[in-house]
Amino acid sequence: MSTDTDVGPAGREVRQTHRVVIRFAGDSGDGMQLTGDRFTSEAAAFGNDLATLPNFPAEIRAPAGTLPGVSSFQLHFADYDILTPGDRPDVLVAMNPAALKANIRDLPHGGMLIVNTDEFTKRNLAKVGYESNPLEDDSLEPYTTHKVAMATLTRGALEPTGMSKKDAERAKNMFALGLLSWMYHRGTDATEQFLREKFAKKPDLAEANILAFRAGWNYGETTESFAVTFEVAPARLAEGTYRQITGNLALAYGVVAAGLQAKLPVFLGTYPITPASDVLHELSKHKGMGVTTFQAEDEIAGIGAALGASFGGALGVTSTSGPGVALKSETIGLAVALELPLLILDVQRGGPSTGLPTKTEQADLLQAMYGRNGEAPVPIIAPQSPADCFDAALDAVRMALTYRTPVFLLSDGSIANGSEPWRVPDVDSLPDLSTTFATEPNAPDGSGEFWPYLRDPDTLARPWAIPGTAGLEHRIGGLEKADGRGTISYDPDNHDRMVRLRQAKIDGIPVPDLTVHDPDGDAEVLVIGWGSSYGPIGAACRRVRAAGMSVAQAHLRHLNPMPRNLGDVLRSYRRVVVPEMNLGQLSMLLRAKFLVDAHSYTKVAGLPFQAEELAGVLTDAVKGDLPA
Amino acid sequence: MTATDLPLSSPSGSLGGLDLVPTTDDTQKAKDFTSDQEVRWCPGCGDYAVLASVRGFLPELGLKRENIVFVSGIGCSSRFPYYLDTYGMHSIHGRAPTIATGLAVTRPDLSVWVVTGDGDALSIGGNHLIHALRRNMNITILLFNNRIYGLTKGQYSPTSEVGKVTKSTPMGSVDAPFNPVSLALGAEATFVGRALDSDRKGLTEVLRQAAAHRGASLVEIFQDCPIFNDGSFDVLRKGDDVAERLIKLVDGEPILFGNDGEYGVVRSAAGGLEVAKVADVGEDAIVVHRAGEEDPTQSFALSRLSDQDLTHTVTGIFRKVDRPTYDDGARAQVEAATEQAEQRGDNLEALLRGKDTWAVMPEPENEQ
Repeated sequence: MSTDTDVGPAGREVRQTHRVVIRFAGDSGDGMQLTGDRFTSEAAAFGNDLATLPNFPAEIRAPAGTLPGVSSFQLHFADYDILTPGDRPDVLVAMNPAALKANIRDLPHGGMLIVNTDEFTKRNLAKVGYESNPLEDDSLEPYTTHKVAMATLTRGALEPTGMSKKDAERAKNMFALGLLSWMYHRGTDATEQFLREKFAKKPDLAEANILAFRAGWNYGETTESFAVTFEVAPARLAEGTYRQITGNLALAYGVVAAGLQAKLPVFLGTYPITPASDVLHELSKHKGMGVTTFQAEDEIAGIGAALGASFGGALGVTSTSGPGVALKSETIGLAVALELPLLILDVQRGGPSTGLPTKTEQADLLQAMYGRNGEAPVPIIAPQSPADCFDAALDAVRMALTYRTPVFLLSDGSIANGSEPWRVPDVDSLPDLSTTFATEPNAPDGSGEFWPYLRDPDTLARPWAIPGTAGLEHRIGGLEKADGRGTISYDPDNHDRMVRLRQAKIDGIPVPDLTVHDPDGDAEVLVIGWGSSYGPIGAACRRVRAAGMSVAQAHLRHLNPMPRNLGDVLRSYRRVVVPEMNLGQLSMLLRAKFLVDAHSYTKVAGLPFQAEELAGVLTDAVKGDLPA
Repeated sequence: MTATDLPLSSPSGSLGGLDLVPTTDDTQKAKDFTSDQEVRWCPGCGDYAVLASVRGFLPELGLKRENIVFVSGIGCSSRFPYYLDTYGMHSIHGRAPTIATGLAVTRPDLSVWVVTGDGDALSIGGNHLIHALRRNMNITILLFNNRIYGLTKGQYSPTSEVGKVTKSTPMGSVDAPFNPVSLALGAEATFVGRALDSDRKGLTEVLRQAAAHRGASLVEIFQDCPIFNDGSFDVLRKGDDVAERLIKLVDGEPILFGNDGEYGVVRSAAGGLEVAKVADVGEDAIVVHRAGEEDPTQSFALSRLSDQDLTHTVTGIFRKVDRPTYDDGARAQVEAATEQAEQRGDNLEALLRGKDTWAVMPEPENEQ
């Protein structure tokens, strides 16, 4: 990290820096997610590029002050385009001993540590197994440590409000935010406005939080303890209008847009599940834009209702996570048999079973690919970043409508809750997704009958004839159907033909060729991933190239069907490395399909890859040191 | 969270079940509703009688045939949609109410029917059934109850009697059965009826009122499986004491039965209902049936008159009350929100931009 030094008007040193990673860590009840979100908004409004990584426990309020209750929010912002939320923080804000203990090992020596000293009581230290107070022994010596009595200072600032001590202390996260905002030269108006809106119904609370925020800012300004402040200039992103967006929000917007572009009402049938629930929350706000949301009695009913809506001519959508996909599998199989459009949003989380509900993983690939009885192919699309969810949703809906098929969209926890700047698309440039319903009998024998399984010769899609259309009354179901006529058929040859037709329909969906990024043009190692690992893989490639080595990167958005040129791409490199947050699911598919010696690198820790570790793996690959 | 009044008063109170479904002036006959599919139930199956009743009854509704949808699950009865020339879906085991729910919410112009059996509705699909009833979806559910699994060849079902010897219970079932009418009433159903497959007149009358009801209607149809549970309802069809077993409810009338109305239903000391001889208790003691009573207590007690041995079996309409339907309420919210959005001039562009955007300008050309 290169920095330039300057001297500010107050005689303090102002350092220009290109990028900073800040991690706010505290108790689940300390409001760390809100603090991080708010600082992110400030960075976004300032024009920095950014990426975020919220990390919180599944329990809503684990016992206060304990290690399982620690919640953190990491933000990486920079004056150039960045790909990840950062491996390690440059600045760690620790609101209590548990937060310090859980996070200090990630802070590099020389990093800045800001500690709320008020929580470092004997009792709290004992709770997390500190035998001596780290603020008093020498364990924090490797760091630039700032000890700030945030609770006491907040209490003091709020004394004029007459608020109880306990209530006043709850605003200490805004004190921390104020201090950091000062340190990075961020404005205060937007945050104060935000707080007024957030607590519009409780103006006392709004004022208290603003007082705490200002107290933090002023603390930085007036005390001598912070000798240096930092400036991170706006990033030079491509021209356009930007906003900050999380993956789940982008997914919801993508669904709204897809419905409008398809001129179809959207029906979301779903059941709450972490980390997908925010898609339901968001879509439920957009009833005025053609969206109906239905919170069903269970996962199965959610997708059943969505499929029923599709049968009726709506755009049926269901949202869930891995455990929900397991429950929906039979209905997905029915949708494959019925050949009706259906969008399945799977925001993956750690598994198996309940697993790690709030942590990320990409281990549902094979479930999406094969997790049904019989031969039941379903297209799969995976966005590579939070903002990419918008385009991925439109792409998935286009496929579902054109090919009359259920389509999987595989997001994951890190994409869902992470955020980044998004160049807001020009609405006029969005693809036209309009589709047609059958209106006339189609029997090739001139009988005037309607054959629901007579396929379009180009797409192999069947007609979508919705109830209410006279003369096209027909019955469909999960039983095997006669090719063309669609009546029940147990004929062996017909079944063989229908199985192959359904497969051929999905296999034949055109997807863009895979592009390879190899700036040096002489790479012998290809690294290929899918989904949310795009950022860390890309950042790792930059490091490897910066060290003078060549590496080629490709990223799969279409996992089924795969790009037609994929086999050629894989075979044109001496070594292929496949990093995944599972035990090698894509790698297995690539090896099976293309007979290439793909080298799998895997981690399933509930957290995204770090650029540093992947850079190490790629460096080894370039040097030919891959373990067998 | 606070409760919010629905933006529009739900039309459920004033609308009938089919009032938003387009009608036709064409004369319709049973054969217009007969598809070209060969019916493949076993000879003697009660499903034939129900199919004939439904085909005979549908023309009476005068609806456009293309606006009628039958959705079924899995089981013998769930083949039903194939034999009707309407739109239909033979879905998966137990899930028909979920499919019907999505269809009913998005398509108020459809008459949506669910055909299900005792295994499909009460075992694998029990959860969906109670929630469809609780939400009061505007659908009509025909629950064919033959108290046995037919399609899987003769295992006991959740309505089989305790002690039933079947392929899966060679020593007799130890499984306590559901009473579908009691279950539906407990699940807040707004319309609950029951009929016997062979009683075409009684069945048609229940179907007629079920279809006209706006909200979820559950119709239990006692139906014979001649292969695996033959004659299970014969005591209600033939013999000298049929009139003493079968109680046909008439709304607003005292509940009397027997060859000459010599029996009646009276309040029991325990707070429920029981059967008495009119001669013993006097006509004034006979309970008057009120299907429209908000309090379901009496209807529930009526559903409990009959034990598994069918000593006294109540048929007709147990309950028929008005309550807003889920689908009407959901659509009213969408309509209100759409109206507000139009007034505010909401559009996709504004949504995508949100409140906090920033502009990145093109880079100056002379920059290094």
